[in-house]
Amino acid sequence: MGHAEKKRCDMTDRREANNSSAGQADHPDPKIKVRELTIHYGKVRVLNNLSLDIQKNEILSVIGPANSGKTSFLRSLNRLNDFEPNIRMSGSILLDGRNIYKDLDAEGLRKRVGMIFALPIPLPRSIHDNITYGPRLAGDHDKSALDQLVEDSLKAAYLWDEVKDRLRSSALKLSGGQQQRLCIARTLALKPEVILFDEPCSGLDPISTAKVEESMMELKKNHTIVLVTNNTKQAARVGTRTAFFLMGDLVEIDSTEKIFTAPADLRTNDYIIGRFG
Amino acid sequence: MKNEVVKEKIGFGVLLLATLLVVIPVLLIIWLILSKGWSALSWEFLFTMPRDGMRAGGIFPAIVGTFYLVIASIAFSLPIGVLAAIYLSEYAADNLLTRIINLAIINLAGVSSVVFGLFGLSLFVIFLKFGVSIISGALTLGIMTLPVIITTTREALRAVPKSYREVSLSLGASRWQTIRHSVLPFALPGILTGAILSIGRVAGETAPILFTVAAFYLPKLPHTLSDQVMALPYHLYIVTTQIPYIPENFRFGTALVLVGLVLIMNITAVIIRSKYRKRK
Repeated sequence: MGHAEKKRCDMTDRREANNSSAGQADHPDPKIKVRELTIHYGKVRVLNNLSLDIQKNEILSVIGPANSGKTSFLRSLNRLNDFEPNIRMSGSILLDGRNIYKDLDAEGLRKRVGMIFALPIPLPRSIHDNITYGPRLAGDHDKSALDQLVEDSLKAAYLWDEVKDRLRSSALKLSGGQQQRLCIARTLALKPEVILFDEPCSGLDPISTAKVEESMMELKKNHTIVLVTNNTKQAARVGTRTAFFLMGDLVEIDSTEKIFTAPADLRTNDYIIGRFG
Repeated sequence: MKNEVVKEKIGFGVLLLATLLVVIPVLLIIWLILSKGWSALSWEFLFTMPRDGMRAGGIFPAIVGTFYLVIASIAFSLPIGVLAAIYLSEYAADNLLTRIINLAIINLAGVSSVVFGLFGLSLFVIFLKFGVSIISGALTLGIMTLPVIITTTREALRAVPKSYREVSLSLGASRWQTIRHSVLPFALPGILTGAILSIGRVAGETAPILFTVAAFYLPKLPHTLSDQVMALPYHLYIVTTQIPYIPENFRFGTALVLVGLVLIMNITAVIIRSKYRKRK
């Protein structure tokens, strides 16, 4: 017990050291600023005093074993956690300097911070309807504008050529990889500033994965991306910076190159070479 | 090894026998009603008033009465039941109040129908002064079917994957928009199943209408919701036990019409349901 506590203290110190160097430094004006975020589900603490910055137009990869709090972290960024019963949160998350829990309404926030889920979940509607779902509910009914939006979004997600002749057929008929790119297109139709990817390739084959990663690299030019992934190689391939979470603590955050070649923390090293997790 | 095969065959045999035992009574009932009641069916039987103390003429007012009762009670209980189920499944937090409400719904389902009749008599007929009328009967029947509608609707809502809700919310939809566009459309077939079950129950129930709406002998059609009506289940009871020297095929004919009416309404609901399923 005493040993474990000592270890925890140790960890906290090290994290703060990281925060002051790579986590928060250089850029004075981050896209998203997370400060002292702690999340409890009932009595279980899933995220502990997390502080980090996410810069504009970067891909921040979040890696870590199961129960490390990475998905809870992601779902707090678009307030999808709001609906969990027994959740308690403290700390603050700022998007362009505004507190997303106090200054913004949840629906408006979710249009600015889009999300791609682990499994592709097309709604059981047509391809066209899936993409226009968000804009239509937001009150956009101009048919030609919506058609243009569908085309633009599908092109940006590298799906247009494969589906342009069957926009009115059910989205459920697409293959898994196509469905995930449809989900990306559906999120892009909202013209978000930030896109959250929650293990987006966990159910996909390598070729589909490569296509999703390709579109991520392209999206980086105009969007800020947070990628939660169980695949450390994926984090190494696409991440601008990488954060390593363990048991609700941020162990280390640094440039992807540094994390994967010379991590400061032994546990990060153990995880990326596959010693645990 | 061979022993195992024999055992398995005996096992399947027992299962098949049990299944047949379930089907046989159903077939017997249908055969009995059809064979003894078919001869009663005629234009006169279906569409004229009863005559000679119900020993001649038709059962038209009872058919109309039962039809009205079904429509009126479903019109009352379906919206209330569905809205309550939406609240309980989508909005209500899991707290003491919700648990008490759930317990109340389960208990409501267990109350025997004759008690509902007495309740309807005291509340609607006497206290609210609706009198013995369609409105009193329909409200009583409606309350009786609420638990079925609430339970099946909730199951239908729960069967819609949580991920649809999350996707919809993540696309900037509000909670109500999510329910309206990404939950209800996919729960509708299940909700209609609840309505179908209720139709059968309402049409066949005798005890509650005995206290609140049913007339012994009323050879005219109702004009308003405050009129009394004859109803098929009660009429069946009367012609079978209360009136001597009545042709036997009148009894079974009435039963046949009751079963047929429920069947027609069920088929209509099933057709509507399959239309919604296809629209997916």
